This record gives sequence, C-alpha cells and structure tokens, in this order.
Amino acid sequence: MNKLMTTADVVDQLRDGMTIGFGGWGPRRKPMAIVREILRSDVKDLTVVSYGGPDVGMLCAAGKVKKLIFGFATLDAIPLEPWYRKVREAGKLELLELDEGMWQWGLRAAGMRVPFLPTRCGLATDVTKLNPELKTIQSPYDDGEVLLAMPALKLDVALVHVNVADQLGNTLIQGGDPYFDHLVARAADACYVSAERVEERLALTPDQARLNTFERYLVKGVVHAPCGAHPTTCAPEYGWDMSHFKRYVASAAEEGGWQAYMDEFVTPGEAAYQDKNGGIERMGKLPLPVF
Amino acid sequence: MSNNTEFTLAELMIVAASESWRGDGEVLASGIGVIPRLGASLAKLTYAPELLMTDSECFLVEEPIPLGPRGDYVPKYSGYMSFERVFECVWGGRRHAMIGPTQIDRFGQTNLSVVGDYRKPKAAILGVRGLPGNSINHINSFFVPNHSKRVFVEGEVDMVSGGGFNPARWAPGMKQDFMDIRRIVTDLCVLDFEGPDHAIRVRSLHPGVSFDEVQEKTGFPLLKAPEMGETPHPTAAQLAKGNPPGIRAAA
Repeated sequence: MNKLMTTADVVDQLRDGMTIGFGGWGPRRKPMAIVREILRSDVKDLTVVSYGGPDVGMLCAAGKVKKLIFGFATLDAIPLEPWYRKVREAGKLELLELDEGMWQWGLRAAGMRVPFLPTRCGLATDVTKLNPELKTIQSPYDDGEVLLAMPALKLDVALVHVNVADQLGNTLIQGGDPYFDHLVARAADACYVSAERVEERLALTPDQARLNTFERYLVKGVVHAPCGAHPTTCAPEYGWDMSHFKRYVASAAEEGGWQAYMDEFVTPGEAAYQDKNGGIERMGKLPLPVF
Repeated sequence: MSNNTEFTLAELMIVAASESWRGDGEVLASGIGVIPRLGASLAKLTYAPELLMTDSECFLVEEPIPLGPRGDYVPKYSGYMSFERVFECVWGGRRHAMIGPTQIDRFGQTNLSVVGDYRKPKAAILGVRGLPGNSINHINSFFVPNHSKRVFVEGEVDMVSGGGFNPARWAPGMKQDFMDIRRIVTDLCVLDFEGPDHAIRVRSLHPGVSFDEVQEKTGFPLLKAPEMGETPHPTAAQLAKGNPPGIRAAA
C-alpha cells in the first residue's frame, strides 16, 4: 500500500461544484501547496468549508468559490483577510456563515453519519435568521427545550496539512494544537494530506504516536510538501511569513493585483514559489509568532 | 491610599476591565486584545487567583504570560486548552470572555460580521466567529476603545452575531438562562445591563467625562446607575504589577 501522490494528482480528483473542507485555523497549518495547485487548475464553483485564512482569501480572489461555509476569515496578525473582504463586499458569494461551534458540530454530525446535532449556538442571532434552512428541534424529554438542529456538513474532499505522514496514510500533528483536522477528515468522502516529511512507514514511541489525530483509513492520498503550509504557520517548525502576507494584502489594493500575485508566486509552480520566498531554508525557519 | 497616583487612560481601562471578572470563581478568563487580556491578567494576579488563563495559544498557565516578545521568560504550563477544549469549556459555561465587537446595541447584541447590508456589505469584518455560541453559553463582557455611535448603534446591530436581551429574537422554549452579559468597558465609562429588564446603564464615568457626553456618543438612551460615580482609579499596588502582566508596559 502506497498512497504517495503529487499535488497535481490531488487536484485531478477534484470536480467543479465539489464541497471541499480545509484543515488548519485562520493563518495556521493550512494546506497551501494544495491550494496553490487548485489556483493553477481550472476547477471552479467550489463550496469551501473552512475556519478561514488565506486558503479562503486566495480561492475567493481566483473566483473558485461559489459558496463559503465559514465562521470567520482572518490572517490574525493582520485581522482582515484582504481578498475575502474584497470579494465578500462585492456581494459575489453564497454564504452559510456559522458560529465556530456550529461549524464543527456540522462536521461531527457528518463524521458520525447522523443528520444533525443539537446545540444552543446560533439561536437568537442572525445566523439562524439569515439561513432559514437551519431548523430548530424540540427536546423529546421533559425539559422540552427548543434547540438548533445543526445539519451535517458532508464534504466531498478534505484537504489537510500535517507535519509527518507515511506512505500508508498515517499522520502526526506535532504543533501544540491539532485544531479540527480530525473532524474535517471524518466528514469527507476522501481526505488528502500534505506533509512536511513523508516516511515509508512510521515506527513511533507512545508519546509520538499520541500526536496521530485521525486514522489512515480516512486518508486517500499523501503528498510530500515541505513548507507546504507557507505562508501560514506549521508549528513547531515555522511561523507565518509576515513579509509574504504584506505582499499578499497589498495585491488586494492594486489594479490587477491578483493576476500579478498569481504570475509572481503561483503560476510558475511550487519550486519557483520556494525560490521567490527565500527557499525552504528561510521558509522553514520563520519564527513562530509570540502572543 | 493612592488617590494621587498618576495613571493613564489605558491603565484605568485595564483596571476597569479586570473588575469584570470579580466573583466569577474558577472560570476560564479570556481577554481578547491587549487591554482585556491585561485586565484578566491583573484580576488573576490580584483578587482572583482562581481564574484559569491560557498562553493565548493552547496551554493553561497559573502565571499570566507577559505581553509580546518574552526575552528570557519561560512560560510555566499547568495544563492544556486546545481550541477543541475551549469549545467544550464554552458549551459547559465555565468561561467569561471579554472581546471588542464592531457594533453593540441596547440589547447587548453584538456584531463582528459585516457593516451595512448583509448581502453586499459596506465593510466585511471577521465573521460571526464564536459570538453566537459564547453569547448563549457563558458570561460575556465587551471592550470598546472608541465609544461612539458607530459602535453603540441605534436600533439593532447590522448583523446580530452575539445574541442579547432582545425579546423579539427569542422563541418560546429557547433557553436564555445561560446568557449573562456583564460589563462594557469603554474609553469614556463602564456600562452594565442591570437596569429594569436588563436595560443598559452607565455604571461609572471615567475622570473628566460627563453622562451627557456618553449619552451624546451613544445611539440609544442610557440609564444612570443609582450608585454611578467615577471609575475607580488604579491603585499603586495595581500599577506596580510589572510585566508580567505589564499594565504599565502596555499603557
């Protein structure tokens, strides 16, 4: 069994109109090498499900997003995600804007193969008012409480970036916080992971093995993508690239800015991308942010 | 006494923010942004050592982390609080967060999503983030660095992200009991919702600020709390708390 493939192989599996979930959180451990491959492709009309960072922004900038299912989009250190903002303000996106908790509740429901999970989150807000497809349900027990029935968010494909993987699809997330990648993986028909390092077969100590957060049977393909989360963080190895973020933010204010960004960083391919960003020697040593 | 102690507006607001957590017991204190975070840190370092706090990432600390570059300071972790655990904490109600919404209305409803029309907004901000879940599950306070009618809007906020005390938004059978909106600390005053039917009140005014000025810069009518006075000044002991948590350093 060998699930090794390339970013191009992953994007070959995508079809117009698919619902795609992204791992990571804001500007943290996003599968950006795969995002860049999507940007180079002609795949379109995607429903993007993400705790959004530049994955959401760049896919919006490139006109790939038909519908966004999200709780936020941000670069954190730069609070407003520039391309999300620009495309959102143009009124061009279909939206399902969810409480962060509802978002993961939807993925959990999909992973558990139940139609919904009950929650209070979202009641008495515009989240429910703007999205009448979100229904309430009354508790069948004596309390009779009215709760929101958060529908399952079923994904066609999940894309996740991890620190270490093997050719069988085993993965390790070595940063302090695994975020919700396990839920994204479980909600999808097919999960593809990119990894900083890929081994033939992991042979771990118990402490290391605890950093595996979802099973390899969920993983359809493994891509070796060193610095594949750049310009987002990949703790504990490297932090976000503030100079790249600033260049990216500036592109949203320039006439033809997105095409220029594509021409400079994306279209020439991942090797050229690394050269443009000082090579993986620089990218892999970017300091982690301190709060 | 420390009535003659000199202090800055930022220091006054940090102390006012810290008061929000008084009496909460063992809850996770989440101060998002510099002043709320330093307020939470000050509370933990003075009258509320029982508060739980993180390093703003995924570990719990019993000694608040200093702001910014740490130099030789090495955080001492006491536990783990990944984002997933934060949600478990939120849903269990053992948290008091203080964040800075883009808009707040007289019901305590908050907006962090968009300004203007939802479909084609004047300004897209962050998204609703965790506000819907926070608002219905645990204690919330807010921080407003620029008290104005742009923040304290007339009518309802443009996109109700965090719920509040607006009866029209609640259907029969929905549980409101866990909603608890405590304080709003601004650059002019401290507000609460302790008026009749959770009416919003001015609890204290910062030095040199009048009730009329606050009212003029607010898009809805305010009540005066019967005990409304001047916002307590920082004490020398509070100001002496260095970095960590650094209230002087931030001011």
